[in-house]
Amino acid sequence: MTKPAAPSSPIYMDHAATTPCDPRVVEAMLPYFTQMFGNTGSRNHKYGWDAEAGVDKAREQVAKLLNADEKEIIFTSGATEGNNLAIKGAAYMYEKAPAGQAKRGHIVTGLIEHKAVLDPCKRLQKEGFDVTFVDPPVDGVYTAEMIKQALREDTILVSIMWANNEIGTINEVREIGKLCKERGIVFHVDGTQWVGKMPTDVEKDNIDLLSFSGHKIYGPKGIGALYVRRKKPRVRLQSLFDGGGQERGFRSGTLNVTGIVGLGKACEIAMNEMEHDAARLFKLRKHMEDSLLKSLDYSAVNGHKDKRLPHIANISFGFVEGEGLMMAVKDIACSSGSACTSASLEPSYVLKGLGVGDELAHSSLRLSLGRWTTQEQVDFAIEKITFAVKRLREMSPLYDMHKEGIDISKVEWAHH
Amino acid sequence: MAYGPKIIDHYENPRNVGSFGTQADIKNRKDVGVGLVGAPECGDVMQLQIKVNQATGQIEDAKFKTFGCGSAIASSSLATEWLKGKTLDQAEAIKNTQIVEELSLPPVKIHCSVLAEDAIRAALADYKKKNGIATEASQTAAH
Repeated sequence: MTKPAAPSSPIYMDHAATTPCDPRVVEAMLPYFTQMFGNTGSRNHKYGWDAEAGVDKAREQVAKLLNADEKEIIFTSGATEGNNLAIKGAAYMYEKAPAGQAKRGHIVTGLIEHKAVLDPCKRLQKEGFDVTFVDPPVDGVYTAEMIKQALREDTILVSIMWANNEIGTINEVREIGKLCKERGIVFHVDGTQWVGKMPTDVEKDNIDLLSFSGHKIYGPKGIGALYVRRKKPRVRLQSLFDGGGQERGFRSGTLNVTGIVGLGKACEIAMNEMEHDAARLFKLRKHMEDSLLKSLDYSAVNGHKDKRLPHIANISFGFVEGEGLMMAVKDIACSSGSACTSASLEPSYVLKGLGVGDELAHSSLRLSLGRWTTQEQVDFAIEKITFAVKRLREMSPLYDMHKEGIDISKVEWAHH
Repeated sequence: MAYGPKIIDHYENPRNVGSFGTQADIKNRKDVGVGLVGAPECGDVMQLQIKVNQATGQIEDAKFKTFGCGSAIASSSLATEWLKGKTLDQAEAIKNTQIVEELSLPPVKIHCSVLAEDAIRAALADYKKKNGIATEASQTAAH
């Protein structure tokens, strides 16, 4: 097994999008493709038993990472499915009025959640539920107080992400959970960017439903898990898939045994290595942010100064355009984002929501580091980005105008 | 986006980047015409400057600065190359379709060539205005 990413390819700094599979995960999965390939539903032969043993072990590994019971883990195809099952499943189960009527119940979520949370909420809105999309503060961190302000007598569900996928900001999950618990409101957390990277304890963190994906934590794609609280209180969900009644009826469908085994292994590795990984990546990220901000004026890190994940940096650069910048840093595989409209890049609703860079035309890069990111790669990225931004600014009429003291927001531009 | 080799060449080695002075300086120079087109909100701003030899009426030099994507940079870079040595009338005849063809711009990037043509016309109009030369219906820089 070789380490991922050959040096001739662009360096990979997009771990918030997906991660390479850890070779130890692949190794654990392999026998389940060709030897222990049985269906866990086959109760009367060894193939079925072997597959079931693999799934049982994985369920334990996942539960341990969350400080949950194995019976509380539902395997899904990933966080999109987990979010849909948690949000729609809870809404339909705890509704205050049946389908076809209005005032079916109130749901609270954030405006800068992932689309896999926003869109299910919007669908529920069309179906007669009331949804409050809470505006983010400038630093991107949702506090318990902000959520408290949005709660109503008829609130049945609160759904908040643990950490934001674009800017890495960390919300006050434990405190929001406490608030929900006191009022008997179901609390769902989209833990996609958090679980496996940062310590998770569904008991202390007061979580009822927690969804996440395997592929963000060095596991395979197409597998994820949803934690569903069974005690104090027992949380019920209406299933979205009907069929063979697998996963205690929450999620019918033949189990993705290879994926599940991989997810379990990924969780076990995360459990053992997250502390080390997080400390190392925090240092690298800090170095990267500090160096870029030092060498480039009119640049800023987006999101709260400290309450951010160790491995995600989102940095805005004034007076350069997004696609031009992406072309200049093509040796770095990363994500672009900007609150501005660019000719070809969609503006980011997350950065727009925070009001980032409203006053100056800017572009942002999201650089997310991972288990195999090295100091050399980070230094390369710093050098490359600095050079690119400086070069593009030399070509930018807006940078010139700004330096001459012209307020570009006051110029009468010829709009097309 | 997959770009053709000519766009990449102009993007990586842009010709004639720069200006003949600050915005304030240029305003008072009769031999220089400036075209500033596009808008930051649209993701493209092009500034094209032409320096005209007032004895011969030929464009002696041209410079650009562009805030925008690779195609926008390439289109304006190419425009400066083409402008040099041309008379005002010859410059007026440059069409965006020629830029599209020369750079093999993909369909989604045709607006970059339109912007470059606008910038050329705006720079010519500015020069003519400064020098009291009548323009065809004073065709505007902006639209």
